[in-house]
Amino acid sequence: MSDRGKTAKAAKAEPAKRNSIPLKLRVPEPPARPGQAADFSHIKLPAAGVTRRPDVASQPAEMHDLAYGLVRVLNEKGEAVGPWAPKIDADLMRRGLRIMMMTRAYDDRMYKAQRQGKTSFYMKSTGEEAVPTAAGLALDDTDMLFPAYRQQALLFARNWPMLDMMNQIYSNAHDRLKGRQLPVMYSSKEAGFFTISGNLATQFSQAVGWAMASAIMGDTRICATWIGDGSTAEGDFHHACTFAAVYKAPVILNIVNNQWAISSFQGIAGGTEAPFAARGVGYGLPALRVDGNDFLAVYAATQWAIERARSNQGATLIEHFTYRMEGHSTSDDPTRYRAADERQKWPGGDPIERLKQHLIKLGEWDETRHTAQQEEMEKLVKDTQRQAEAIGTLQAGQKPSPKTMFEDIYGGEPDWRMRKQRQQFGI
Amino acid sequence: MTTMNMIQAINSAHVTLMEKDPKVVVFGEDVGYFGGVFRATEGLQQKFGVTRCFDAPIAEAGIVAAAIGMGVYGMRPLIEIQFADYIYPAMDQLTSEAARIRYRSGGEFLAPITVRTPYGGGIFGGQTHSQSPEALFAHVVGLKVVIPSTPYDAKGLLIASVEDDDPVIFLEPKRLYTGPFEGHSTDGVKTWAGHPAGEVPDGHYIVPLGKANVVREGSAMTVLCYGTMVHVCLAAARETGIDCEVVDLRSITPLDVDTILTSVNKTGRCLIVHEATLTAGFGAELAAIVQQECFYNLEAPIDRVTGWDTPYPHVFEWEYFPGPARVGAAMKKMMEA
Ligand SMILES: Cc1ncc(C[n+]2csc(CCOP(=O)(O)OP(=O)(O)O)c2C)c(N)n1
Ligand SMILES: [Mg+2]
Repeated sequence: MSDRGKTAKAAKAEPAKRNSIPLKLRVPEPPARPGQAADFSHIKLPAAGVTRRPDVASQPAEMHDLAYGLVRVLNEKGEAVGPWAPKIDADLMRRGLRIMMMTRAYDDRMYKAQRQGKTSFYMKSTGEEAVPTAAGLALDDTDMLFPAYRQQALLFARNWPMLDMMNQIYSNAHDRLKGRQLPVMYSSKEAGFFTISGNLATQFSQAVGWAMASAIMGDTRICATWIGDGSTAEGDFHHACTFAAVYKAPVILNIVNNQWAISSFQGIAGGTEAPFAARGVGYGLPALRVDGNDFLAVYAATQWAIERARSNQGATLIEHFTYRMEGHSTSDDPTRYRAADERQKWPGGDPIERLKQHLIKLGEWDETRHTAQQEEMEKLVKDTQRQAEAIGTLQAGQKPSPKTMFEDIYGGEPDWRMRKQRQQFGI
Repeated sequence: MTTMNMIQAINSAHVTLMEKDPKVVVFGEDVGYFGGVFRATEGLQQKFGVTRCFDAPIAEAGIVAAAIGMGVYGMRPLIEIQFADYIYPAMDQLTSEAARIRYRSGGEFLAPITVRTPYGGGIFGGQTHSQSPEALFAHVVGLKVVIPSTPYDAKGLLIASVEDDDPVIFLEPKRLYTGPFEGHSTDGVKTWAGHPAGEVPDGHYIVPLGKANVVREGSAMTVLCYGTMVHVCLAAARETGIDCEVVDLRSITPLDVDTILTSVNKTGRCLIVHEATLTAGFGAELAAIVQQECFYNLEAPIDRVTGWDTPYPHVFEWEYFPGPARVGAAMKKMMEA
């Protein structure tokens, strides 16, 4: 250090004497780890129906309580109760049930395919199926979707062919992404489903831009996006909230709080300090906290947000409170970081079971039909898998043409270096 | 000495550093209780407590910025970015901040951080789990860029990086974590056991930054490489029977120019191999230095074998990966020149 520095230091006054205690760093810890009993006693689920439903035209400042509450419609008896109970017919609910069951059967099968070495990677959405399913059904098919990687049910909700999805999982010759992307990173312009990024959170602020464009152009379409609890720590989440609030963008910002981000519990993302929905409060965004395992609650909250967006009242932030029932992906083993009995003790129930129970209560469904539908879904997935495997898997069968790997890097004619490299590659 | 794979050697470097210096603190996504998705920090939290090894929020810019702040306080943060492909959100903190703090404060403030991150392909990770971004960091003055190729080097270089007062990007070739991969996609898993550099001292030692390693002496040509490509180049030399001098750079900033020039002046030929894309890759910098300094000793044009100028395609992992066949063909071509 220079002399100048020393002089400046010497001139400084001594700090006042006080009884200082050593500072301590707090590192949040989940209530239970492997070898301990799961403990969800900190989760207080309000009874279904008790959370108020503000008028769609309410100002964000008038509804801060909703960011700390929990919108729940289905009660323990399988009844739909309270102001949020959506007025939807049994056909739509049966469709929701079917899509959730399809998603679960598809996930199970594709997970096994990875285990059998037919592809490199897979991620299930087990336990969270209501979140994308209900939103997918509430939105118009022409609205735009900017998903993360656990919203495969959105594609089923848009009747996107399962075979096309499996071809992506297998990176085979019919994969519309030409084998370029990691399995589950779907993309379909036709389905209004934006190309999923491996880099977390980027889609969240892009969705706001899409919605701003729709507003600039005087369009009528709105947009929805999804992000994980862990990913809310990324800057993109905060950019999205700022832009969405400032420009009243017609976008629905969904946080899927499934309690875990790989091995990190939601407290590492700040979820034990305040609910994720409460972040909306600081931005002046209307924010709802919703029981993500309650199909009707997700549907109703999405509908509410859709109405706001379509009537130029801007964006809504929705936290879906749910649970990741399985591992993060095929690359991890959750028994190494969370209590073994968590899934059994999770207080929010199973979204499929809860909607099924409601339909039965209404007299619109029964066990026989449920079992038959379960078998139908398993058969559908198995038959589709056979078709996909007849085309190819990552290891065998028809692959995309290797020359396609040099395409789509830029539009237009290949430049000198690309021509040279293609030549070296032998095409 | 203990036989270790590269993950164990990196873990052992952490233990050595943390035992020696209470100011070494470790954090990153999933590194705490779980010990990291590649298990590099396994057991550290249990051994040193939650305030010395802990999980970070998923915010790479935040992780690097917090490390810089701790470094300014006087600590020595050793942080993990889960995959090199996810380091980009932290680019501003690395290039405008970590790299510049010493310079812009007239040498008063430092950012003595080490950023470990797994990089490279060979695990079917697709374009967001396979990239090799070393050239981006080599282009930023103020950052050091270190890339080990063996367990022994990984531990020694990591200790040297953390003990260095400047910010270091420490790129770990993830395909080498469990064994010395030679680039044949059909090869079974080979472990580090039996490899001389799989024998790792248990205590403190360093491999200095800026000191290349001539891993194979030869007279026919010089092969400059680092990371996974060191093993690929050795395999290619063996398979072609060409007497290559294979130089493992170990760090690209600082660069051991003396070793490079001595070798090329001796052999008269220079092949550069990296997994990263070609254009503006680090090979371009190496080629410029070699042609300037060794021009009158060169008997053939300098050549580069690299990943293609495309993103890393999932299904074409092995068409993209510059394996021993491509490297060997370039070696033969160079000998014919
Ligand atoms: C920018 C970036 N950083 C890190 C990762 C590695 N990563 C992939 S998924 C994941 C956890 C995400 O958790 P969360 O947002 O809660 O979503 P969930 O997996 O629970 O659906 C991490 C850290 C990544 N893909 N991108
Ligand atoms: Mg999560």
